[in-house]
Amino acid sequence: MRKGLKKKDLILVLIILCVTGLTVLVRTYIGGAGANRIVIKVNGAIQGVYSLSEDQEIMINEGTNMLKISNGQADMTEADCPDQLCVNQKPVSLSHESLICLPNRVVVEVKSKEESEYDAVTN
Amino acid sequence: MGNKVAYFGVFTSLALIFSYVETLIPVNFGIPGVKLGLANLIIVTGLYKMRLSEVFLLSVVRVVLSGFIFGNYFSILYSLAGGILSLTVMALLKKAGGFSVIGVSIAGGTFHNIGQLVVAMLVVETFSVIYYVPVLLLAGTLTGLVIGVTANELLKRLTAVK
Repeated sequence: MRKGLKKKDLILVLIILCVTGLTVLVRTYIGGAGANRIVIKVNGAIQGVYSLSEDQEIMINEGTNMLKISNGQADMTEADCPDQLCVNQKPVSLSHESLICLPNRVVVEVKSKEESEYDAVTN
Repeated sequence: MGNKVAYFGVFTSLALIFSYVETLIPVNFGIPGVKLGLANLIIVTGLYKMRLSEVFLLSVVRVVLSGFIFGNYFSILYSLAGGILSLTVMALLKKAGGFSVIGVSIAGGTFHNIGQLVVAMLVVETFSVIYYVPVLLLAGTLTGLVIGVTANELLKRLTAVK
């Protein structure tokens, strides 16, 4: 880009791209297939675990958020916050993906079968 | 001295106007937190035109004001974390030397996103936000590049200021 960009700039971009590639690798290695349920957390505490294979609508946090599960995908359909970021977000279906509503501190995480830490509360 | 106050006022209002323009652009990448960061153009320009303490003040004033006008308590928290981390990294790179305005801006863009991500992680007490890292890094690089190129051109033409 003319004389605007210097050598160190390029090295910086290269480092950023390498880190990005590395995180993508870690992500695909850990995440991906095998997802079969979602965990809903409010304020860090687990509120419920739901199956991804059952189509359903879930009211979260006494109605601050509405989550819809259909075709194995979870999508936030309603939130009472002004920014609506989680509602605009694409539906999630892969293991370790999440929908997060920061103002209401709601986290919806996709989990896979292998993880057994929440087995006790699975319904 | 009076001149300085006037410049600070102009920079602050410009940053606010850019924050407003940003809310008018209907960009939705399907990923929370990804936006152009137009106000950073003013911060990057300020970095090369003002004293460091003044830019930090400008950054904080900008975030708090635009947060009250366009956002909420949470957006102030995130923007503040992102803004201060990004500005610190940019100031360090600028001081280290060898980086152009564009490079400094790219680092600023990525670290802005990293700062916000860290706060998000603390607030919702989950690590799963870490899965947004690659997207946020790439987005930060791209927006940083756009802002950097623009700031570079702006600085070439702003020779009269200071």
